[in-house]
Amino acid sequence: MESRKTIKKWFWIWDFEKEEDWLNEMAMNGWVLESVGFCTYHFVRCEPGEYSVRLEMHPYDEAYLSFMKETGAEYIGRMVMWIYFRKKTADGAFDLFSDIDSRISHLDKIGKWLSAVGGANLLIGVVNTYNPSRLGWINLLCATLLMYALGRIHGKKEALKRERLLHE
Amino acid sequence: MAEGFALTEASYYILLSLVRPRHGYGIMQLTEELSGGRVRLAAGTLYGALNALSAKGWIIQLPSDEDSRRKEYRLTEKGLKVLRAEVERLRELADNGERILGEE
Repeated sequence: MESRKTIKKWFWIWDFEKEEDWLNEMAMNGWVLESVGFCTYHFVRCEPGEYSVRLEMHPYDEAYLSFMKETGAEYIGRMVMWIYFRKKTADGAFDLFSDIDSRISHLDKIGKWLSAVGGANLLIGVVNTYNPSRLGWINLLCATLLMYALGRIHGKKEALKRERLLHE
Repeated sequence: MAEGFALTEASYYILLSLVRPRHGYGIMQLTEELSGGRVRLAAGTLYGALNALSAKGWIIQLPSDEDSRRKEYRLTEKGLKVLRAEVERLRELADNGERILGEE
């Protein structure tokens, strides 16, 4: 029986929870994430349900990685701004966020990144529209998509804020 | 602190854990133990809260041993004041709850 496999799959940035659910489903079926690439997931065989997998947007931060290691989580890898962790289910529950405030600040982090990259694309797009190359539309398309993503993330944040009015 | 604001449950248990020096994992364990398993601090939440509480000057990071990469934290005088004020606030909440529900 094969012990490793690679799956190509695309997730929109606002679907990061779906991505995480899918990775945990894979782990439940005996395939745990071993490394990540662009739209590429490398899995290795494990006991079904042996691991939980979590992902988050976090800028490169050595101190955070060693902190996570201290709590028993294993760093799998990173893709652009996203980092992936796994932990053996036998070592206890594994979550990255345990209250609404920290979920909101995570969404804030994603929002800031989208604004920065979206804004840069908008600027380059406008400049290139007046260039002879006429390739500005590519950046404008990217900017539109990134702004749409920002809207989706903002919507999630607002839902959490409404919830926070009543409890943590 | 902006006086009168309630601490989050996470901040409260972190401050309480740091009356004695502890590292991150120690805080998670103590919090779970104290709350009878009800409050589980997730690693990302704890990390963010430790940074925020340090920035407020309520906790400090202790100089770490050379061979140990684990960082230890401890409550400051300022943090202790905040914690005591919070215990008072919680006592008021609980007292009022018990008194009014006791009359029913």
